[in-house]
Amino acid sequence: MIMVEHLTKRYGPHTVVDNVSFHCERGTVTGFLGPNGAGKSTTMRMICGLTPPTDGSATVAGRPYRQLPNPGREIGVLLDASAQHSGRTGRETLTLAATTMGVDRSRVAEALDLVGLNAVAARRRVGAYSLGMRQRLGLALALLGDPRVLILDEPANGLDPEGIYWMRGLLRDFADRGGTVLLSSHLLREVEAVADRLLVIGGGRIVAQGARDVLLADTGTLVRARDSDSLRLTLQRAALDVTADTNGGFVVHAEPGVVGQAAADAGLVLTELRPAADGGLEQLFLTLTAGATTKEAVK
Amino acid sequence: MTMTAEPTTEADTRVAAARPSIARLTSIELRKLTDTWAGRWLLAAIGLIAVAIAVVQLFVLDDAEQTFTSFLSPSLLPVGLLLPVVGILSITSEWTQRTALTTYALVPHRERVVLAKLAAVVLAALASVLVSLAVAAAGTLAAKATGGAGSWDGEWALVLNAAVFQLVNVLMGAAFGLLLLNTPLAIVGYLLLPTVWSILATMISALQGPANWLDTSITMEPLYGSEMTAGQWGRLAVSVLAWVAVPLVAGLLRTLRREIS
Repeated sequence: MIMVEHLTKRYGPHTVVDNVSFHCERGTVTGFLGPNGAGKSTTMRMICGLTPPTDGSATVAGRPYRQLPNPGREIGVLLDASAQHSGRTGRETLTLAATTMGVDRSRVAEALDLVGLNAVAARRRVGAYSLGMRQRLGLALALLGDPRVLILDEPANGLDPEGIYWMRGLLRDFADRGGTVLLSSHLLREVEAVADRLLVIGGGRIVAQGARDVLLADTGTLVRARDSDSLRLTLQRAALDVTADTNGGFVVHAEPGVVGQAAADAGLVLTELRPAADGGLEQLFLTLTAGATTKEAVK
Repeated sequence: MTMTAEPTTEADTRVAAARPSIARLTSIELRKLTDTWAGRWLLAAIGLIAVAIAVVQLFVLDDAEQTFTSFLSPSLLPVGLLLPVVGILSITSEWTQRTALTTYALVPHRERVVLAKLAAVVLAALASVLVSLAVAAAGTLAAKATGGAGSWDGEWALVLNAAVFQLVNVLMGAAFGLLLLNTPLAIVGYLLLPTVWSILATMISALQGPANWLDTSITMEPLYGSEMTAGQWGRLAVSVLAWVAVPLVAGLLRTLRREIS
């Protein structure tokens, strides 16, 4: 439903999005992961025709977004929950959108109800909303036109744990009924829990994509020793593929047995040795985006 | 909280959603003019100014001078000063409040949104003329009742000229808003640039010739009355081209190409 081909965005000498290609199938939730500034939002804005790409193209439901006659009926978009007029009430914000899309006004009350904004909240001005309420309003806006595709940028931002759990159920349900969801996040746990497919971006490039289970199964071994430097040297001497994580440990592309043997041969004391998949997506994420952006990723 | 976000899966059964008509977009833009406190107060202020001026005229004018024209004409300038703010806000608030993200995601044909906004502010300007006329009429009746002349001295041309005056004002505001896409910048630019040009023209004799064609305070002056010669229309057209059409086209191009974030 969402096809992205070689999307590239350059601002002067800076390449923010670099040759990004992927597609999202019907009935799936795709988690778009990356540290802040990795190019997630820019990619999503390009898909939605809001940012002109330097190169490449994107289509939704077979057409470039800007050629869709009434995109709100096809795609629900939430790119920034704070981007609402602070002087309008929640209900008015939705009513304007409903009128634009030509959906029945009764959908406004339904959508408010669906996202858990009660009548009192609906009458309040958006300026008085908390971030969590704005996210709910944004989600209501995205669902208003009864779309088949959802594109959500950091929708869990500002939601409380109960709200995150609720949203996870909503998105899963949406996909299970045949919808397509692309959601970005740097809240790794959130994406791991709901996404079928993962798309990891770092420094503007897709560094990994595929089914969640496959990606997570292939993350190697996490190892930690009292003496990190010696461990690194030992592993490198053993010709193993080593990536440092941020906590003095290493992710090694090898079986735990092989790594343990190498450490034992060198007489090193290990404090941790386990399949990195146990650390789940977080480890994958840290591994793949290690480098200049890692500090942002772990916050 | 229920969880019934139901995506429609069968593309074929879905009614092909038509794009929103310009009329519908215009009605939405009109609604946006009035659905915030700021917008409501701005429009109310325009109405109140017209009323206040009519009341003042009732007291300060000699009885013989209390005619329809004397109630209508003085309200045109202050109303014409606020109307452009309506035009500016209609366009720039999308960017300062960042609602452009939603507006242009729902209607990616940006030129249609801009067209609807222009139509909405034009309708608002015409409505302001109707308000001015109604207030002037009420003033005239009140003058008659209180012993003033209360005569209907206006000609239809007066109404036409008032409408043209307010249309030029509101469109000039909208054009500046479209060009600068920033509320304070557009308001300051709209108020300052023509004034600076007027001041320069009075200081530099070489500019006085062009000023007769390009200074809107000069070219729009005859619109307060009912007499407009062909030459005056011509000069008005040239100044409108320079101060309305040029920024409007440049601003439209800017809006079409601008990245929305």
